[in-house]
Amino acid sequence: MVTSLFPLRIQGASIIKRGKRIIGPIELDLESDGITAVIGPNGSGKTTLLRMLHGIENLANGTVSWGNFELSDALKHQAFVFQNPIMLRRSVLENMIYPLHLKGMTNAAAIDIANKWLERVGLSQSCNKDALVLSGGERQRLALARALACEPKILFLDEPTSNLDGYSMAAVEKLILDASSDGIKVIIATHDFGQLKRLADTIIFMLNGKIHEIGNVETLLLGAKKEETSKFLNGEIVL
Amino acid sequence: MNEIFAGFKQALELIVSIDPDLFEIVLRSLHVTISATIIASSIALPFAAYIAVKRFRARRLLIALMNALMGLPPVVVGLVVYLMLSRSGPLGVLGLLFTPTAMIIAQVIIITPLIASIAHQSLRDLWAMYHDLLISLNTTKWQRVKTLIWDARRSLLTAMLAGFGRAIGEVGAIMIVGGNIDHLTRVLTTAIALETGKGDFALALALGIILIILAIIINVSIHMVSKTERSKLW
Repeated sequence: MVTSLFPLRIQGASIIKRGKRIIGPIELDLESDGITAVIGPNGSGKTTLLRMLHGIENLANGTVSWGNFELSDALKHQAFVFQNPIMLRRSVLENMIYPLHLKGMTNAAAIDIANKWLERVGLSQSCNKDALVLSGGERQRLALARALACEPKILFLDEPTSNLDGYSMAAVEKLILDASSDGIKVIIATHDFGQLKRLADTIIFMLNGKIHEIGNVETLLLGAKKEETSKFLNGEIVL
Repeated sequence: MNEIFAGFKQALELIVSIDPDLFEIVLRSLHVTISATIIASSIALPFAAYIAVKRFRARRLLIALMNALMGLPPVVVGLVVYLMLSRSGPLGVLGLLFTPTAMIIAQVIIITPLIASIAHQSLRDLWAMYHDLLISLNTTKWQRVKTLIWDARRSLLTAMLAGFGRAIGEVGAIMIVGGNIDHLTRVLTTAIALETGKGDFALALALGIILIILAIIINVSIHMVSKTERSKLW
């Protein structure tokens, strides 16, 4: 049997916390190709949708399925870069090799891969530094390198370039485009319309915890079907 | 005031003259306390990490109980351990009463909740920071516990030193279960109690000074070796 994480499917799933519906019900089918951007106003549920797709949120109802994979197996083929990158209280190199050790890799192999990635993201000079002393941009690059070193099939990025300077943003975007070219499905939450145009193939517009509209990037940017999507993409405030 | 000066003078004399009785007592104090600290830490640290990462129904109650047990009266612990280890007690057959092992058992009971409670505070904060990453990496509960203990090792060392500090200064429980037998179960604190009872305040104070110096040396050495205060973060 051919095993695949796709289609990545959400069927009638909702997340309820302390009696309040955070998002849902959500219906969504994602295929393996391209970069999918999740956009929407603050609090619309972008991050929660990403976490739901990743499988780290408890569902109140509905299901999330990753092709014919079980959740625990599906998680092994996914990586998530959080908006505020989580750094272990270890050196940069140790941060890199931690997930590789979890995958059962030997120390030598893990160090080899880690060094390759640190070189690629321009952090090889900092490999013995404490990860907690890195700047915001460096942390973001380290988090992305740590995720990509695990060779995921799906990469979730939660506003990976917010608060980054132009140089760091360009470096991160290049890594994202390279990852997509390597066949990794990238799902990214972003507030940056420029980034949307530079990176995305499809757009999911979230509003009030629901998928308001979904479509090809050119189609939506040229003329969204729904008024709120159109207003949002034109930079207006949508409540 | 004279007693205090006499105490300092006698402490210095005991140290300089390398008094064999004193060194025997010091070594026994260290043996009992370090053993108790290591055993208590082996129980308390994984337990603290486990309740930091695991959510279950009685968790809050357990944490409240653990915090309450920090103030466990040593004399009561001593009495209970005495009753358990005495000839007519359930563990009397082991013949442990009035041995250093009995003293270690009593100290373990006293300091385990203290170490667990202090450790839990830092592990809980670290877990809040690591939660999403470790869940996303599909780690097992045991891998999370190991990661938290390793990454919080510097603050956990402080918890262990707090346990060590309480154990080395403890007298009530070890007096009951150890019996303060010369050349067998006498340690610095029980010797101080004995000399005070005999009215030899200068010797009691001398032993007290040595106890304090010992505790300070061990704490400072461990902090230096483990680089608890890392300057490179700011």
